[in-house]
Amino acid sequence: MSIATVSTQSSEPVFHVIDEHPHPEGASTMLGFWIYLMSDCLIFAMLFATYGVLGGNYAAGPAPKDLFDLKLVALNTTMLLLSSITYGFAMLTMEKSKLGATQFWLAITGLFGLAFLGIELTEFHHMIHEGATPQRSAFLSSFFTLVGTHGLHVTFGLVWLVTLMMQSARYGLTVANRRRLMCLSMFWHFLDVVWIGVFTFVYLLGVLR
Amino acid sequence: MTSDSHAVHGDHGHHDHGGAAHGSLKSYLIGFGLSVILTAVPFWLVMTGAIADKAITALIVLVLAAVQIVVHMVYFLHMNTRSENGWTMMAMIFTVVMVVIALTGSLWVMHHLNVNMMPVHDMSQMP
Repeated sequence: MSIATVSTQSSEPVFHVIDEHPHPEGASTMLGFWIYLMSDCLIFAMLFATYGVLGGNYAAGPAPKDLFDLKLVALNTTMLLLSSITYGFAMLTMEKSKLGATQFWLAITGLFGLAFLGIELTEFHHMIHEGATPQRSAFLSSFFTLVGTHGLHVTFGLVWLVTLMMQSARYGLTVANRRRLMCLSMFWHFLDVVWIGVFTFVYLLGVLR
Repeated sequence: MTSDSHAVHGDHGHHDHGGAAHGSLKSYLIGFGLSVILTAVPFWLVMTGAIADKAITALIVLVLAAVQIVVHMVYFLHMNTRSENGWTMMAMIFTVVMVVIALTGSLWVMHHLNVNMMPVHDMSQMP
């Protein structure tokens, strides 16, 4: 950090020094995590492509129109959107080093996440109960793979959230914990971005079809 | 750190909080408000069938989704061209290119396969 400030006055070229100065711990974590998210994005892109190809193959089984309840999906979307903004509040309180408030908002985020998962599992249970299992048709296979993968991400996000809440409770908002919370923040908002794709392509366009 | 101080330090050779520049309460609330609108409108359009033409409805829904993704990227994920000296943006542009190639390529190829394979051709007649 200090090197950049002296660079303007001295005539000596400093490119080498800037390249080789030691990185503080965690300096590249954010970029690395972002690149992980981008690779996750490719996974979802392939699942979307699979759904796009197979989504119309009902094998004389139920179609999106028969299965999807848009009111439930709207409720689910609301849950995830609310959890995004409450995570944002957690980050804002974290910057002010208010541990209690951060924990509070993280807990609220977790509850919204749980509500999202609960509603999604209810929907899955309902569909499977009606015989719309992943084995029924190519449409349902690709549907459960895509939406299930997203749900699995949310599940692991929740596990991560609880872990970080316990870490923060025990060690406080240390530099490492802040970094971890920022990574989870990116992960959580990223899942909301993926969900925009899901509710648009799978649910809304599925019902329109 | 607010986005303002981020801009001030933007010309440093290196900064350690790059990937996730922080938002302010205002930016989060703006993003949330826009997201609510951009979510509610497509659901309303599809659930009420306000526009009779399904193709136009689908197009509007898709455009709104694209706008909402950008809103989330900017207001929640704090994407900008400065963080990590632009490397997050580079990684994202690369990913978007990959996604577009993979998605359009898959759909295009599979659509043509479907179209060409659907009727039972007499393959012995093929050159």
